[in-house]
Amino acid sequence: MEQVLQQLINGISLGSIYALIALGYTMVYGIINLINFAHGDIYMIGAYVGYAVTRFLGLGFVPALLISMVTCSILGILIEKVAYKPLRNASRISALITAIAVSLFLQYTMMYFVKPDTRTFPDVLSSNKISILGGKALLDTKNIYIILITIVLMLLLQYVVLKTKIGKAMRAVALDKDVAQLMGVDINRIISFTFAIGSALAGAAGVLVGVYYNTINPLMGTVPGLKAFVAAVLGGIGLIPGAVFGGFFLGMVETLVSAYGGSIFKDAVAFGILIIVLLIKPSGLLGKTVKEKV
Amino acid sequence: MMNKVNKKILLGVILFAFYILVQVLINTGIIDSYYELNLVIIGINIILAVSLNLITGFTGQFSLGHAAFMSMGAYTSAILTAKFNQPFILALLLSGVVASVAGILIGIPTLRLKGDYLAIATLGFGEIVRVIAINTDYIGGAIGFNDIPRYTNWTWIFASVLVTILLIKRFLNSYHGRACIAIREDEIAAESMGVNTTYYKVLAFAIGAFFAGTAGSLYANYFYFIKPDSFGFMKSIDILVIVVFGGIGSILGSVIGAISLSIISLFLQGIPELRMVIYSVILFVIMVYRHKGILGKREFKIFKSRKKNRKKVEFNVGAISK
Repeated sequence: MEQVLQQLINGISLGSIYALIALGYTMVYGIINLINFAHGDIYMIGAYVGYAVTRFLGLGFVPALLISMVTCSILGILIEKVAYKPLRNASRISALITAIAVSLFLQYTMMYFVKPDTRTFPDVLSSNKISILGGKALLDTKNIYIILITIVLMLLLQYVVLKTKIGKAMRAVALDKDVAQLMGVDINRIISFTFAIGSALAGAAGVLVGVYYNTINPLMGTVPGLKAFVAAVLGGIGLIPGAVFGGFFLGMVETLVSAYGGSIFKDAVAFGILIIVLLIKPSGLLGKTVKEKV
Repeated sequence: MMNKVNKKILLGVILFAFYILVQVLINTGIIDSYYELNLVIIGINIILAVSLNLITGFTGQFSLGHAAFMSMGAYTSAILTAKFNQPFILALLLSGVVASVAGILIGIPTLRLKGDYLAIATLGFGEIVRVIAINTDYIGGAIGFNDIPRYTNWTWIFASVLVTILLIKRFLNSYHGRACIAIREDEIAAESMGVNTTYYKVLAFAIGAFFAGTAGSLYANYFYFIKPDSFGFMKSIDILVIVVFGGIGSILGSVIGAISLSIISLFLQGIPELRMVIYSVILFVIMVYRHKGILGKREFKIFKSRKKNRKKVEFNVGAISK
């Protein structure tokens, strides 16, 4: 029982990172129907920006987080303008291959400049272990930071999407691009904005991972990227609550599976759940089934 | 009529002459083992690309798990030849059969999914196969499977490539192949015309998996050694890239795509640090400026004997984009 509690805490921390990345996936997918494979690499670059800011500029955790988010959102807009915009009307496979090309480009350009070695992220957050529930579980302050920051970012996102004018435009574009355009929504601006927000969240996730696990490397984005995508699909792609739910769900399942001796099958379990969910409810656990019209 | 037969004979003679020429060059040592290695890789890539093209290009089912079928074939062949000393031809065929059965088993449930969802499900399937292979000690686990006898040579590669292309070509020109193309163009319309869409999707999947399995077998019996990580997600992507690069829905495109991408990566081997960067830029440029691939849907004339019939199904170029 104690172990379950402990693992749940770790699971929520891992899950919040998945959820942050999954949000970017889901928003981009919702708006231009593209699996943005480069998203995991934006997260990696976010981690490196955080690393550079804390190590070489000696800044603290919060400035690192903010600088990384801003850098990543600029990068996200740039990627969209250069790579995805020319292919907006191309077939899905071409767009997907372009996304993979961008992903490879980011990974290996980064590897060329920072060398493939794993780097140790500076300790910018003090790590105090607090025992909770009468000593049954240990809560690291880093866990609290990660979870708090994730919740704050998610509330902020929810506010932007639901309460602001640009959020309304985003929802309109996701619903029907052409009609939104007829209503005077500047599609290009909205798509750029979506990429900016999604990438900023990925950048935040990158810094959080660097702080939490202490190691970063140029290929760190691939696996969490795929997992976060799985999380987005699990919850229902295109849905913001779905991505959050999927992220936490996947994080907890993974930590529980590895805690009970199945760590080698961890990845298989994630994808197994994905396939089962897709077969039973292809629109995701929180998604609504849309009837196909002829 | 006479003309068509003549053309076929001519093509046969050219291919046979090419085979003999390369064989002679190998025997005399002009094509050394390094070039032979690349010929083998090109051949395997052609088989993989053509078989994936059947699934993705002609039937319109977006699969990201093709490497998983290849790995099943590779491991089947490795077990049969290294552990049970079976003849290579048996291992080659059984590899295809095993991969094909796996294709049917995974295809029946997942082919109900469409587009990106199918891609993700097959990607998940590929990862599951890889994780299971890593954790199975009998086939070497993560370290890999060693000491596989080498049977694959130029003759095997050439014959396999030829058989693969011929069979898939024949399949596509048959009633069944047309049903598959109809599914790509519009699944609902095909169904309302009486095409059993599930059956044909699974059939295309099974055939594609079969050839991927044989490609895996050729791979395993050439390189002495296989490991699960060689057949990961990136391998599936590589195959898909060849298909898209050459032109989705074009057999000749897949052949040209496999050859040109192999040659490109051969040249890039000289600059290992920048290899992937340049590769990704080339990929990107091709997708932006020729997003239907080098050939689009065009085929080599000599293959295209029923041009008039084909025209009808070619009007909707971006069918997969739906």
